[in-house]
Amino acid sequence: MAEEILRKQAQKLIEAGAQILDVLELREYQESHLPGAVHIHLRKVAEQAHEKLDPSRPVVVYCHDFA
Amino acid sequence: MSPRAASRLETLGFRHVYDYAAGKADWFSAGLPMEGEVADAVFIGRLVRADAPTFRLEDRVADVLTRAEATGWDQAVVLDERNVLLGWLSRDALRSDHGAQVSAVMLEGPVTFRPNTRPDEAATWMDRKNVDSVLVTSSDGTFIGVLRRQDLALPKVAGGTHEA
Repeated sequence: MAEEILRKQAQKLIEAGAQILDVLELREYQESHLPGAVHIHLRKVAEQAHEKLDPSRPVVVYCHDFA
Repeated sequence: MSPRAASRLETLGFRHVYDYAAGKADWFSAGLPMEGEVADAVFIGRLVRADAPTFRLEDRVADVLTRAEATGWDQAVVLDERNVLLGWLSRDALRSDHGAQVSAVMLEGPVTFRPNTRPDEAATWMDRKNVDSVLVTSSDGTFIGVLRRQDLALPKVAGGTHEA
């Protein structure tokens, strides 16, 4: 099960080179997202994950807030 | 959504998946950088004064007043050891009982704004409440700074003094 992390941990992971995945609606991603975040909508994760992300590297996943 | 996406990634062979459940709202509320269409928009986090004098509950009001005046402030902020906002001292409170501890005269639980609030939203609130400044914290309560009406560069609708 994926580990739930807080902001400071997310910052450390991102600074260390973790990939960032935004799973919100495209419109929300276009409006604003974390620096360097890749967008894959929740329903497209299975279809696009291997195309856009490296499975051997850490991934920080986020949406808006506890949704 | 993010827990489901994280779980799905694991089923797809991703070995190091972390769920930042507090998400985008939490990140931006801390005033951290963003990308996207609104990235260049000015939010109040960029306008706050981060040099407001800060104190602890056990400090003496007389000492607070001395330091506040020396730094050009007529108000003060009360924080805990983790820089979480506990209260606020108005100019009247600073001139009340000089022998008292801060905890005896501070306003508990003042209204706060997040740094990703739009300036016009903050200005509207200040006008409605007839105040000249508000306190800005991240979503976990960490103090970021004081937003003053004069730093908003927006027309004022009504006169005011301070956040209540």
